[in-house]
Amino acid sequence: MDRLIFDIAHLLAASLVLISFVQLYQDRLYALLNTFALHAFMLSCSVAWQAFIQDAPHLYITAAIALVFKAIFIPVALHRIIQRLGIHREIETVVGIGVTMLAGIALVALSMVVMLQVTTEAEPLAREDLAFALAVILLGLLLMVSRRNAVSQVVGFMSLENGLVLAATGARGMPLVVEFSVAFSILIAFVVIGIFLFRIRERFDTVDVHVLDRHRGER
Amino acid sequence: MALVAGFLAQAMQMALVLIAAPLLTGFVRKVKARLQRRRGPSVLQPYRDLYRLMRKEVVLAENASWLFRVTPYLIFAVTWVAASLVPTFASGLMFSWAADLIAIIALLGSARFFLALAGLDVGTSFGGIGSSREVMIASLAEPAMLLIVFPLALVAGSTQLSNVAEFMVSPDVGLRVSLGLALIALIMVAIAENGRIPIDNPSTHLELTMIHEAMVLEYSGRHLAMIELAASMKLLLYLSLLACLFLPWGLATQGMGVAAYAVGLTSYLGKLAAGGVLLAVFELVVAKMRVFRVPEFLGAALMLGLLGTLLLFLSRSL
Repeated sequence: MDRLIFDIAHLLAASLVLISFVQLYQDRLYALLNTFALHAFMLSCSVAWQAFIQDAPHLYITAAIALVFKAIFIPVALHRIIQRLGIHREIETVVGIGVTMLAGIALVALSMVVMLQVTTEAEPLAREDLAFALAVILLGLLLMVSRRNAVSQVVGFMSLENGLVLAATGARGMPLVVEFSVAFSILIAFVVIGIFLFRIRERFDTVDVHVLDRHRGER
Repeated sequence: MALVAGFLAQAMQMALVLIAAPLLTGFVRKVKARLQRRRGPSVLQPYRDLYRLMRKEVVLAENASWLFRVTPYLIFAVTWVAASLVPTFASGLMFSWAADLIAIIALLGSARFFLALAGLDVGTSFGGIGSSREVMIASLAEPAMLLIVFPLALVAGSTQLSNVAEFMVSPDVGLRVSLGLALIALIMVAIAENGRIPIDNPSTHLELTMIHEAMVLEYSGRHLAMIELAASMKLLLYLSLLACLFLPWGLATQGMGVAAYAVGLTSYLGKLAAGGVLLAVFELVVAKMRVFRVPEFLGAALMLGLLGTLLLFLSRSL
């Protein structure tokens, strides 16, 4: 039974890493958003499983927050933003997908090596969760730097935050207050980013952040 | 007596893959046709095609070398050996000591090597295009295949197919995400290796898109029959590989008697039929990729294999 508990936790956390890779592979915006919703759904499954095995009811609330806000609300809102910006047909990557994937593999290997070295005293489940969480965070960062479109960068940022939640639940004992405040700061960040997207568009006629580099205020 | 029985079982497996291969191809074509609301040719059509091709005379190009004439038989023999090594209805057969995953990859790799040479041999432009594309796909698919072997061999502690299959039915397997990743990656590699739809269309003769067909364009008569039979055996091989590695239920073991063999055979045919239906449905719902997208597709398979190995490493070191 112990094996099975561990295996299911392993499965859920590992599929989170896998979906991060799927995000890196997607080059269309709607597909990216759908995989992000899947990512958040997987996160909420993983958190709910942790709540079950740690016998910590407040983690169920965390799982519910992840499900409602990240798996449903934010993807739907981003869908609408993309529709209103009229960029649903755009395809963009800075470097090729193959290179990004290889970099992603290297990051996963790195996070495993680092986390297993650092957390030798923790219990196996927490160690593993931390390793996966670091991998998800690094992959989210990679998604942010490998895209030029501001919307994809937002998705990268959100999936990075999923990694943070995974780390927090694996480590045991994150107070619910902290969880709430993180969730709401994410929402506020989302609102701010949403407004910014339209401002960027208004000013530069595009949401390609590459254009921003060339502008230094003299317009 | 045991030796004779073992020999008979192995001979039965060799005959089974040879006989079932065209049937599987015909079945996939039939299901595809029915799904497109066509009646489609009978499932026995591939046998009729082979019979017709065997009786036709061989037309050879003037500058074809001995390699061109030898290659079809070589490919057929090598593919047959590889296909009959994979456990179909029973594991632990007489030659199962040779049924090693890496050996099978090597056998298929040598078949492809000779096919690519034969494509170049006559010097037509299509043969050259086909060979160069085939080798490009192979150079990505083979590393991916080897990386799939890693997690499997690490989990089961062996690269021998019989041992892996026995391990997979034992309760020690547990729930392992690495095996799931290996399964997805193996399916992707199998699609690429067999030239099925997102990579190559097996029924196309459009110059710009064909890969496998371009290489064998110059073949005719019994040579073509050998190559077609080898191609359908390769499809059967990959389906049996998937069935024996990931769905080994119902597999008999050597010396269990006729009843167990019959159960194994029935479940094997059931798995083949299910695999054929799934392949046909998959081929209808996806569109063919551009050739330049193929590296990304196979790169994803490679990545899945690597990720599976990494995750296995992680769960082992805890």
